[in-house]
Amino acid sequence: MTEADATWRRFDRRRRVGRFLALLVSAVVVVASWEFLEMGGVDAATVPREINDLLTRMYPPDVAYTGEIVGPLIETIHIAVLGTAGALVLAVPVALLAAKNTTPNAATYWLGKVIVTVSRSVNTIIWALFFVVIFGSGPLAGTVAIAFRSVGFLGKLLGEEIEEIDPGQVDAVRAAGASPVQTLLYGVVPQIKPALVGLSVYRWDINVRDSTVLGFVGAGGIGVQLFRGVNAFAWESVAMILLAILGVVVVSEVVSARTRAVVR
Amino acid sequence: MATGKRTWQRPTVFGRREIKWGVYALVVGFFIWSTVGLGVSLSRFLDGLASGVALLGDFVPPEATPRQTARIVDKMLESIAMAMVSTVTGIALSLPIAFMAAENVSPRPLYYLGRGFISVSRAFNAIIVAIIVVKAVGLGPLAGIITITFKTVGFFSKLFAEDIEDIDMGSVAAVRATGASPAQTLLYGVVPQVIPRFAGLSVYRWDINIRTSTIVGIVGAGGIGSVLLTAFNRYDYGYVSAILLAIIAVVLVAEGVSALVRRRYQ
Amino acid sequence: MLEVENLRKTYATGDEALKGVSLSVEGNETVAMIGPSGAGKSTFIRCINRLTDPTDGKIRLDGTELTALEGDELRSVRRDIGMIFQEYNLVERLTVMENVLTGRLGYVSNWQAFRRQFPADDVERAYEILDRVGLGGMENKRVDELSGGQRQRVGIARAVIQQPKILLVDEPTSSLDPETSETVMTLLTDIAADRGIPVLINIHEVDLALNHADRVVGLHDGELVFEGTPADLDESGLDTVYRGADPDETPQVPRSDGDTARDGLDPSVPGGT
Repeated sequence: MTEADATWRRFDRRRRVGRFLALLVSAVVVVASWEFLEMGGVDAATVPREINDLLTRMYPPDVAYTGEIVGPLIETIHIAVLGTAGALVLAVPVALLAAKNTTPNAATYWLGKVIVTVSRSVNTIIWALFFVVIFGSGPLAGTVAIAFRSVGFLGKLLGEEIEEIDPGQVDAVRAAGASPVQTLLYGVVPQIKPALVGLSVYRWDINVRDSTVLGFVGAGGIGVQLFRGVNAFAWESVAMILLAILGVVVVSEVVSARTRAVVR
Repeated sequence: MATGKRTWQRPTVFGRREIKWGVYALVVGFFIWSTVGLGVSLSRFLDGLASGVALLGDFVPPEATPRQTARIVDKMLESIAMAMVSTVTGIALSLPIAFMAAENVSPRPLYYLGRGFISVSRAFNAIIVAIIVVKAVGLGPLAGIITITFKTVGFFSKLFAEDIEDIDMGSVAAVRATGASPAQTLLYGVVPQVIPRFAGLSVYRWDINIRTSTIVGIVGAGGIGSVLLTAFNRYDYGYVSAILLAIIAVVLVAEGVSALVRRRYQ
Repeated sequence: MLEVENLRKTYATGDEALKGVSLSVEGNETVAMIGPSGAGKSTFIRCINRLTDPTDGKIRLDGTELTALEGDELRSVRRDIGMIFQEYNLVERLTVMENVLTGRLGYVSNWQAFRRQFPADDVERAYEILDRVGLGGMENKRVDELSGGQRQRVGIARAVIQQPKILLVDEPTSSLDPETSETVMTLLTDIAADRGIPVLINIHEVDLALNHADRVVGLHDGELVFEGTPADLDESGLDTVYRGADPDETPQVPRSDGDTARDGLDPSVPGGT
């Protein structure tokens, strides 16, 4: 008993030491980072003052500006909707490739994984920079950027969902003499449908937020107006745009949550 | 039933079939509106794709002069440093807000204040926050740190508050019953229960912060993003792909580290 | 009439699941296949409708050799073989009616399948079969709302609506309690008798096999080691089938002459998988 006790304590001590070391290393890295950034001279008091100053200039929001931002806001939502739809069309085959149980062979599996990884590692705004070069500035570039960023997200999560389907249900449909398409329709689709709808709506919600910044690189949406307002120091208009974005984002979050609750 | 065969129609979740078709029509209508509203035409899309394929040639091979390589390394380190610092500051600021936003340990007015702050932080994309912070405090990594800190607080407080709401209130009551002060109750009743999730969440957010720190530079808030934007503006596409590869590599390493640490803790 | 000749199955892992099994099932008999878990019972059944591809051997259904069939030909043979599964294998998120009509998929186009437009005769028959299995009025329920016994009834309905030439049944009761098992087995054999089709049942519970089967075959380690009527299956027969198996799994059947199977059974016969 004493023996066991001692072992247990030693183990605990090793954990403690490990935890302490991890904290120490983190602390050193953070301090080193701060030094690297050469910001030792930042006066802590000025930052809150500057931000406060900015917020004061934003008040009151310019309500009269509302008329001018309705159009861009709708465009932002359109970009999110079309981008998500495009992503979904591309993501279904990618998910089938990236799921172990549906991919034809090892090469296609890795192809699926590479597509998913590249898509997810590159931020929407970087995709937007890229597609502005290709399509010129405007919402088309933004829509394609949103789609390309979402393919990885949807492909990954949908692929995981496909890997978890119950093969017994698929077997039963096949055993009745169903064709491959019918097997997909009756055996596979019902099993992944809630995930398909849920993930799409969830991603759409994320895409609404992402679409608000596309304008900074010329890819359409409300970001164009926001960028212009900031550069012109029209802070009251900026405040109005921010409020509008807040409203749209909150509404899309509610819509997304409700839809996901209905589909099960 | 008396005459002929019984028929069957699939019941719909919408209650009535007319409503179902109505909803479908609305969704399809919205898509059409989106397509028309954005002025997206197939020909323009295909033209773009064609020129895109031609352009892709300019992106390979990725190339960077030694000076450019040094610049990538320097700015990438700046990104990583920003992510490190702001993860710590963000989490430090999140703690009080998470407790404020946890329904079971927070008084009403503070709860709404906490939730409100979280909603605002989560609603705005990092780029939007960055562009405003840059105007307030000037170009450079400080703006990036403030931006990422602000985003971290929204994310971390929300998830951490949910963890706090899930704790076993029985043991909290037990600590309170011994006559502990509110601060002591928090320290002895609540904190021990949420510590394990804390580590996992921190690493997860650090991973996200690495990603964010690589892009805020696009609007001047420090890090590799500014280099990327410059390269794009100079049509130096070989350099662009070198930078993109560096970003993807760093993001993947961060994701790997984060997944590894979280697996060990959960 | 189903004839299986010298069926072999070796899995990619090298496991020999079936080492040359021959069996025929005809008329309207009910054949129960007993044996310990891992004996190859499921593999045998799954080879017949080619959910698993056999390594060697012949399978003929009413004279059609089906071990080499592919594509449409295979599908059209599958329409004639009804299968009932251990874990029901119903499509959980579809309604009872859709699950039953799944049995008619082999007769409709992909588009009709997508629109759920099945011929009026099929729908009428589906209603009749649901009444027959005691699920009248449940057609619009989603399967995941049903109990185990109800699910297996849907499973039976789905197999029967195929109007199959034979029913393959894989451990139909292993997820059910004893009482429900008994009703499900009775229903199954009654329906098969009504329609005059043969049934091949894999079954773990020897008492159920003896109660409901006309003929019993015993599979042990991929080989057929017993074949006879329920009355022929005595202690030594059971020993042969279950020899080498986990002693807990070996049923003891203390039986005297003239006993019906039901009376003579020890309550400790194996259940579950």
